[in-house]
Amino acid sequence: MNYIIQLADGDTEFERQFIAILKEEFPKEKEHYLTAITKADYKQASEIVHKLKHKLNILGMENAYRLSVKFEDELKQNNIDGNIEFIQIINIMESYIKNI
Amino acid sequence: MNCIIVDDEKMARAIVAKLCSTVPEITILEEFDNAIEAIKFINQNPIDVVFLDIHMPGFSGVDFVQTLKDTTKIVLITSDADFAIASYEYEAIVDYLVKPITADRFQKSIQKIKGAVSSKQTSIPQESDIRNSNEDLYINIDRRLIKLNLNELLFIEAKGDYIDITTTEQKYHVHTTLKKIKEKLPEKLFLQIHRSYIINYTKIIDIEDNSVLIDKKVIPISRSSRPELMRRLNLL
Repeated sequence: MNYIIQLADGDTEFERQFIAILKEEFPKEKEHYLTAITKADYKQASEIVHKLKHKLNILGMENAYRLSVKFEDELKQNNIDGNIEFIQIINIMESYIKNI
Repeated sequence: MNCIIVDDEKMARAIVAKLCSTVPEITILEEFDNAIEAIKFINQNPIDVVFLDIHMPGFSGVDFVQTLKDTTKIVLITSDADFAIASYEYEAIVDYLVKPITADRFQKSIQKIKGAVSSKQTSIPQESDIRNSNEDLYINIDRRLIKLNLNELLFIEAKGDYIDITTTEQKYHVHTTLKKIKEKLPEKLFLQIHRSYIINYTKIIDIEDNSVLIDKKVIPISRSSRPELMRRLNLL
C-alpha cells in the first residue's frame, strides 16, 4: 500500500475511495478468472490476469506480480501450468484485501 | 486543458484522476471504461488530452489513435513498457506512462503535454464541408436514367453482378459493381465499410462494435474499415 499512501499524500478520502474500489473490483475479477479457466477460455483468463497483475503491482506484491506477468504470457499460448500457483496468489490477495 | 481518462479498470482511472488533481491546468471532463463511448464523447466535446489505457478489450489503443482528431493528444498508459515504445509512430501520442505511475513521472508527462497542446494545429474541417455536398448521381435502369440526390442515398449493397441502392425513399436494383459506383461517390459522404457495403456515413444512427445502424438496416463493419470510419465521424 506504500504506493497509494504516497500518491494520497495525506488525502484520506482518496485512500478510502481506493480501498473501496479494490474491494469492489477484486472479487469480480477473481470470479471472472475462475469462470474463464473453467470454460477453457484462456484468452479471457489472460485479460483478467493482466488486470490482477496491476493490482499486485500497486499492492507491492512483487514476486506475485512477476509470476503473473509470466503466467499472462503463458495463458496466451494456452498454457495453464501456472494456474494452481496463480490461484494461491489470488487467495493471498483476497485475504489481504479483506483485512485492509 | 480538457482531458478524459479511458481505462476499463476503475482503480486505474482513480489513480490517474488523483494525479491530474495535482495539476491546476487540467480539467477532467469525463472518465470512460470503454473506448467507443470515449470516442463518441470526443466527437462532441473539445478534448485536448486523452489518458488512454492501451490494453482495452475489443478496441486496441492503435485503433483508438487512428480515430482521433489531429488536435487531440494522447498519453498512453500501459503495463507493458515494450509495447509503449512502438507507440511513438503516431504523432498524436505525446508520452506513455507505465503502471504504476509515480507522481514524479506524471509531472514530466504534464510538461510534454503542455508543449504538445500549445503547438497543436487547429485545422478541423467544418460541418459545412459535409452538408454542402448536394450533388446528384444518375443511374441507368431499364434504359432510363434516374436521378438520385446523394444526400438522400443511405447505403449500397453488393449483390453479385448487381448492387442495391437504398435511398430515403426507395430501393434500386442496378446492374453494376460496388467498385464502379464507389468511383462516382464523393468521399465527403461515402465510405466502404465492408466488402459488400458502401454507406453514407452522415446517415448513421448508431454504432456498435462491429456494425452500424442506418435507417432500419444493421450493416457490418470490417475490422480494417473501422478506424477510417471512426476517424471520419470526428467530422460530424
